[in-house]
Amino acid sequence: MGFLGVDVGSISTKAAVIDDAGEVVARSYLWTEGDPLAAVKRVLAEVEPQAKAAGEDVVAVGVTGSARELIGAALEAQVVKNEITAHAMGTLSRHPGVHTIFEIGGQDSKIIIVRDGVPVDYAMNTLCAAGTGSFLSAQARRLNVPVEDFGDYALRSTKPTKIAGRCTVFAESDLVHKAQIGHPQEDLIAGLCQAIVMNYLNNVGKGKEVRAPIVFQGGVSKNVGVVKAFADITGEEIVVDDDGHLMGAIGVALLAREGEGRAEFEFSAHDVEFDTRGFECGGCPNDCEVVTLSRAGEFLDGWGNRCERGIERAKADISDA
Amino acid sequence: MATSSADYRLSFPHMGNYHIPMCTLSSMLDCEIMVAPKMTRRTLELGVRHSPEFVCIPFKYNLGNFIETLDAGANLLVQAGGGCRFGFYAEVQEEILRSLGYEFDMIRLVGDFDLRKYYQDLRRINPKLSFRGALHHYRLAARQTRALDAVEDFMRKRSGFEAEPGSFDAVHERFLRELGPTPSIAEAAALEERTLAELAALPVEMPVDALRVGVVGELYVLMEPFSNFFVERELAKRGVEVHRFVTVSDMLSHAGPKGSAHLRELIEDAGPYLKYHVGAHGTESVAMTRRLMQAGFDGVLHLKPFGCMPEVNAMAALQRLSRDNTFPVLFFSYDGQTSETGVRTRLEAFCDMLRMRKRAGVSAATNMEVPA
Repeated sequence: MGFLGVDVGSISTKAAVIDDAGEVVARSYLWTEGDPLAAVKRVLAEVEPQAKAAGEDVVAVGVTGSARELIGAALEAQVVKNEITAHAMGTLSRHPGVHTIFEIGGQDSKIIIVRDGVPVDYAMNTLCAAGTGSFLSAQARRLNVPVEDFGDYALRSTKPTKIAGRCTVFAESDLVHKAQIGHPQEDLIAGLCQAIVMNYLNNVGKGKEVRAPIVFQGGVSKNVGVVKAFADITGEEIVVDDDGHLMGAIGVALLAREGEGRAEFEFSAHDVEFDTRGFECGGCPNDCEVVTLSRAGEFLDGWGNRCERGIERAKADISDA
Repeated sequence: MATSSADYRLSFPHMGNYHIPMCTLSSMLDCEIMVAPKMTRRTLELGVRHSPEFVCIPFKYNLGNFIETLDAGANLLVQAGGGCRFGFYAEVQEEILRSLGYEFDMIRLVGDFDLRKYYQDLRRINPKLSFRGALHHYRLAARQTRALDAVEDFMRKRSGFEAEPGSFDAVHERFLRELGPTPSIAEAAALEERTLAELAALPVEMPVDALRVGVVGELYVLMEPFSNFFVERELAKRGVEVHRFVTVSDMLSHAGPKGSAHLRELIEDAGPYLKYHVGAHGTESVAMTRRLMQAGFDGVLHLKPFGCMPEVNAMAALQRLSRDNTFPVLFFSYDGQTSETGVRTRLEAFCDMLRMRKRAGVSAATNMEVPA
């Protein structure tokens, strides 16, 4: 039996199929490109042949990530779970002795403190996306260096430039200024990696006891420059799992395996057109922004309403259309 | 402008369900009382549009309430103040509203808690008001407030486990309808007793190891569920017993000269984490969190408006307390841009984590405290 986990993040969409023993038999990692429904179709198309080749029929689906409600409804998932819990479960299955999990994704970053195999504390960045993947991508574009090569540039530097990492706006103006006065590109990039790490440890990691072993994951963990900066600043070895970017998908697949819900999952049945609609309720001055998901004019689910009226009006809105 | 009390239409900002005792209190002025329109996103939009960008979020909600209620015809506003920036709310809001062209009168209950001074202010509106009459209204309103707080305290602790969905809300709603008209202290007390008995009789499915979470922080975001995205309800829905200590009754019980002894007690209970009072409810946040940790609670939720100085002070101590004892404290900071989804994601993860800790038998290491 196979268990499908899908992690639909703001920047990338990940899918993994695990078997009864928790081994990953199928994996996929693609850009979300602002269209989570389309991205999920593409990752499903990639994992389906791999799962079939391994002889695993999917019997339960788990969904996590910021688009989990939408995708959970579209895939009729048995488990819909927040990404913090999913990441903790995924990492613990691979690294049972871990004490600290660093995780930096496209729009958010978090720290999970684990003791004796149990998550005992966590924190997540608040409003600001300073020090996350999207900031790195934006700076890579400014410096005209592919973000995939960022790490290699950083490793070539021997004297990282000091960049103020507190806020992306400050960091960017600092970066521009330092570039204009002649700092070489590799030093700027290494400085940026250090700034991200300092920002992370001072904000997300503030007040937490960072104890080794440390596992670093999320899209930014693929950047060797940031990994080195973490190692330099914490003075500890930083473990990066080859499947580090898939931990959310693996974790939520494990949760689906633990759960009781079972239903045969037909990949082909989900290759249909879904329709999402945004709609301002207007039932009261709160004017909830309701989003609905439908398939061939049939209402499936809706979000964002504070009361029942929102869903009723949204259903009427669909049948009018 | 109104010249006799009969021409006044009095209104005040919302905070939870406290508009009910506020109506009782205001009725001493013998004028029409208007409850501000129910809090919606529009209230916040109006408040944000006309407030200084960097002011804390309760100011913006209050201003939004004022604008909506003035538009509905109010001409006498009541605002309290004290403790922190809250002390300047009334004055700044009055200026803003006047510059928007509104004509109204304002009662400012700012500064030290002093019934006699308030009485003099109120005589300006209702010259026929006797001190005894004012005291009667105050006492009745205070008793209604106590009833309200007692009932809602019970709701927080039990409603998450209701066997029949909606059964607690039904009793609560009826209680709210009946509370305002209670004519005497004895009847307010009887209503409280009756409602608590009714709630206690509702069937619940409560596991023996239910999670217990305390909610601490700044008073407005604690007491106005709209402003904190209904976190207490969200916690309860996830099968959590929610405990909160900051209520208007609690504040009234420490108002006036008794306050300083209460503060000394709080600083003592904060243990090694605070030496001095850090303003408003900050000291209480630290002391309460430590008490809850020692009482074996599973975790604490700390709520504050973005930029709230007293609670920012408390956070440093809370982070240290949390690390020294591996005691989970989750921090939420609210302003006009905070995303409701973000709050829900973090809350869900927090409950998951507390449950995993509990299953594995992890508890706060209270013996590991740092020396003072």
